[in-house]
Amino acid sequence: MTEKPITNQAFISMSSGNLKEPAVKSTTPVFSENNSRSPWFERKRRFSDAMAERVIKATAFISLAFIGLIIFFIFKEALPVFQSTETGRDHQDSTVVVEQQETYGDDISGVSESMGAVEDRAGQMTMMDYKDEVTIRGLFTEIWQPISEQPKYGLLPLFAGTAKITILGVLIAAPIAILSALFTAMFAPKWAKEILKPCIEILAGIPSVVIGFFALIVLASLIQNFFGFEYRLNAFVGGLAMSLAVIPIIYTITEDSLTAIPKTYMEASLALGVSKWQTALFVILPAATPGIFAAILLGVGRAFGETMIVLMATGNAALLSWNIFEPVRTMSATIGSEMAEVVFGEPHYHVLFLIGAILFVFTFTLNAVAELWVRKFLLKKFRGS
Amino acid sequence: MVKNKLLGNIVIAVTAVSALIILIVVGFVMLNIIIGGWDQLSWEFLTGAPRDGMTEGGIFPAIVGTFFLVVFMSIVGVPVGTVTAIYLSEYAGQQSRLARMIRFAVNTLAGVPAIVFGLFGLGFFIQFVGSGIDSLFTGEGELVWGQPNLLWASLTMALLTLPVVIVSVEEAIKTVPRELREASLALGSTKWETIKKVVLPGSMTGIFTGGILAVSRGAGEVAPILFTGAAYFLPKLPDDLSDQFMELGYHVYIMSTQSPNVEETRGIQYATTLVLLLLTFLLNFSAIFLRYRLRKRTIK
Repeated sequence: MTEKPITNQAFISMSSGNLKEPAVKSTTPVFSENNSRSPWFERKRRFSDAMAERVIKATAFISLAFIGLIIFFIFKEALPVFQSTETGRDHQDSTVVVEQQETYGDDISGVSESMGAVEDRAGQMTMMDYKDEVTIRGLFTEIWQPISEQPKYGLLPLFAGTAKITILGVLIAAPIAILSALFTAMFAPKWAKEILKPCIEILAGIPSVVIGFFALIVLASLIQNFFGFEYRLNAFVGGLAMSLAVIPIIYTITEDSLTAIPKTYMEASLALGVSKWQTALFVILPAATPGIFAAILLGVGRAFGETMIVLMATGNAALLSWNIFEPVRTMSATIGSEMAEVVFGEPHYHVLFLIGAILFVFTFTLNAVAELWVRKFLLKKFRGS
Repeated sequence: MVKNKLLGNIVIAVTAVSALIILIVVGFVMLNIIIGGWDQLSWEFLTGAPRDGMTEGGIFPAIVGTFFLVVFMSIVGVPVGTVTAIYLSEYAGQQSRLARMIRFAVNTLAGVPAIVFGLFGLGFFIQFVGSGIDSLFTGEGELVWGQPNLLWASLTMALLTLPVVIVSVEEAIKTVPRELREASLALGSTKWETIKKVVLPGSMTGIFTGGILAVSRGAGEVAPILFTGAAYFLPKLPDDLSDQFMELGYHVYIMSTQSPNVEETRGIQYATTLVLLLLTFLLNFSAIFLRYRLRKRTIK
């Protein structure tokens, strides 16, 4: 009997950091070192307890390990782009290649290093060795034509396409979502809330391939009949469809941060004779700005990485233009549509992984910034004072 | 004052209108797909295989493929997610550095675009693990595991849905009252026994909810399986983990974009979309229901 409470106390003190001075402590016998004398089943129990802890810890480590593996493998497959000579045109000088490999040598050893650094360096390279460094220069050209006699891997139209869809999607979604969240948090009668909230959950639950299908079949024709665009599938249709995927995210987080604002803010404002809508607009909304900002960032992250909607609804032509009523091809859609047919180990394969790496780094950064922002501003603001 | 009131009404009206827009759009999307697919939906459609170059027949292989995918995904994802949640809520201290890193990893996993999971599945599972197994165990030049198949697609999907499970289970574990744990410990059980006999049974609902939400997510995602195992058409059902498979979401995508008779098969596309939608909603609603019951318990 004597040794059991030790595990108890260890458990209580570990599991509940907020537990006030454990009353158990006074009744707990002091640790006795008679382990060897305990019966075999006691030892077995304690052994399985220790084993369980190890196994659980090891399993919990899996998600961490896989984040590492994701980073490692995406970048491992992307890096050969910077060493490949095939991506460029013919007048490649071999000595330059060696130099270049040396430049990127440290990147291979420390792959977990952020892609941003690689990109920066890539930028510098283009500036410095513009004439010689055809691979990287090739990435910054205006033509994406991976399957042809002379493949061209210009990423600019893909960047532009992703930017168009993301900006359009978020521009359409953000006002609607934020205003609706304000409505539910401040003005809506109870019945309206009870309709709107499940509605948002439904929208969040619609698979993106279904939204893509809807945009492809219904929305595109509707828009074309209404506005008479030249192309049925274009960035505008893609942006509209994307807003359907983004609205639930922005709405949910905005609503959370609106309702997280202490009641005292509103009460104080109302007590001063300020009307409810003024309180909502000039007290509650500004106080929730960090949360709303985070919501928009996460919305951007979602739109940036979303694949099926853009794959189906944007027309997938890699054009570089400012016109939002032309078809576009985004980075994610490029991976989605081309990876299945690509030959492993070809430059095309590595370039697609490079695009994936860029997607990863961008969404990773956005999520991290959003989370830090919320923690730093929103929480500290209300907890600190 | 009057002006102020008018302005106030305008502000409220604008917010109400945005809410209304969401309602209308959701209603429109749902109605459109339900109306478009309802007529096509029949027992034969659900249980038949595609015929005549995929212009006729049913979607049974896609349903079976989706089923296999989510089952294998859950077999891997739910236990791992549950155990991770147990670690985070029962073992890890508040200040534990490892716990914070794991939490960060889970958040990151939740934010990674689905297509990147697909790339990872290709680069790691197929090219690295699969080809590795092949070169070790199978004959020269033969491809068994080093190509897209059900196993790699399921594992990729399990990774994608891991955060869903973890969050849901953790939430459920929190609802198990601390007094129950303390009572168990006071009776002399070890920590592991307490978890096994008290915490886990108490959070069973949450584990189910997590599993259901993960399945719903997994059934709806197409991007990760685009090049890790989904196939356009297969004459037979998958009977091995190394087989490719048809999948509902992929079927919708491929039929509406890549099929040669896009216009002719519109009915099939709508009906497949409807089946997919009904499936995810059924799953989501049962998860919401379970979670509602869980919350009620917490309040008590």
